[in-house]
Amino acid sequence: MDQNKTFDAIVIGASAGGLYAMINIFKQLPANYPIPIIVVQHRSKDERSLLEEVLQQKCSVCIKQADEKEVIAGGCVYFAPPDYHLLVENDGTFSLSFDPPVNYSRPSIDVLFETAADVFKERLLAIILTGANADGARGMKKIRKLGGTTIAQQPDTADYPEMPKAAINTGAIQHILTPDAIGSFLRECMKNNTVW
Amino acid sequence: MIDNEEYRQFLESVRFVYGYDFTDYAEASVIRRIRAFMESKRVGSLKDLGRMVLKDEAAFEHFIQDITVNVTEMFRDPFFYKSLRKNVINRLATYPFIKVWIAGCSTGEEVYSMAILFREEGLLERTVIYATDINQDALQKAREGISSINNMKSYTENYLKAGGQHSFSDYYKAKYNSVLWDKSLRQNIVFSVHNLAMDKSFNEFQLILCRNVLIYFNQALQSKVIGLFYESLCSFGFLCLGNKESLLFADKRTCFEEIDKKEKIFMKTK
Repeated sequence: MDQNKTFDAIVIGASAGGLYAMINIFKQLPANYPIPIIVVQHRSKDERSLLEEVLQQKCSVCIKQADEKEVIAGGCVYFAPPDYHLLVENDGTFSLSFDPPVNYSRPSIDVLFETAADVFKERLLAIILTGANADGARGMKKIRKLGGTTIAQQPDTADYPEMPKAAINTGAIQHILTPDAIGSFLRECMKNNTVW
Repeated sequence: MIDNEEYRQFLESVRFVYGYDFTDYAEASVIRRIRAFMESKRVGSLKDLGRMVLKDEAAFEHFIQDITVNVTEMFRDPFFYKSLRKNVINRLATYPFIKVWIAGCSTGEEVYSMAILFREEGLLERTVIYATDINQDALQKAREGISSINNMKSYTENYLKAGGQHSFSDYYKAKYNSVLWDKSLRQNIVFSVHNLAMDKSFNEFQLILCRNVLIYFNQALQSKVIGLFYESLCSFGFLCLGNKESLLFADKRTCFEEIDKKEKIFMKTK
């Protein structure tokens, strides 16, 4: 099983309904969860940090907005800031861009997924959650092509099933799981990563 | 797939042949833009792209305009403009003559926003705004001062949130599906090509705006460009960066004081 692989990073894409799915997943993780988790949640550009604050109250793992040039490290869940794309650089840092929206979205899941695939290749785990559009599908294809592991939220557990469905329809998804099962999967993965 | 070594070589060739230096740009963004260009032109590999642009100056020109264009909007981050009104304008008003540099102005939305703000604060008559960008096509659009009418709803909302004192429609004329910014706003604006990665300081300013440009540079180039801004500011001049940008990687960071931490407004104090 893929839980036995060693992952350098986990990327997650979420849109409408994402908050509850993420609470169910992240509340299962310990504060020192060793694998860095990087999330694009579609959000309003007028909202500055409410998402992180709400999630932090429910989880023990550290939740923060990714900073420009920040070094990606374990023990943290990083969120793309509102109205910026979040990209992963080759040297293991973040960069931001204000390029036009992709799939009508900024931040866009595809932008994160595609750049993370370039850097982490087969040592990347990607998860697509609830949402009402098709962002992330193209990124999932690329991640799979480069040997990464792919998970979609089981569509009938999603508030908005279109996004996981779109990813599943690309044929690139290996596991279809409920949010609870995704949380257990992440805990299993932890065993193969030495705590930093 | 773009191989890292190939990418470095391509950038070196571009620098050697045309003098454009992208080697200190944040890679992930540049690669995304190059890929998008290659897809649109149906170019299969970076080698083919090299063959296409390195020998054909017109093709290169097209390429460079395509990958260096940035997007922007009128009164983007309205609270930044509100903070300018509150924290900066009264100090600028003490100068008999004000020079502003908007670095990386792209298609000019920020330039016209500033012109509107300066007019409402009664300073536009004695201000010159130097608006520069690396991208000539974008600058041409900025000079023309035309925008799509579809943007006006969100621009009007931004304008009001930014503390706008009039009706936003006072500042443009609409025809067909476009709007033309009021020509009198443009009287004291100088548009010119300037490459932040290569070019030097060209004047002394009381205010420099460079928002959401540094995010495309690596730490070394960020520090170099902040150094350029430092040289180009008068004592107690103001530097404004984008919301997610900082002076963290700049050698000159200790020479600035924070005026508004959230809106990234700094004052040169040393």
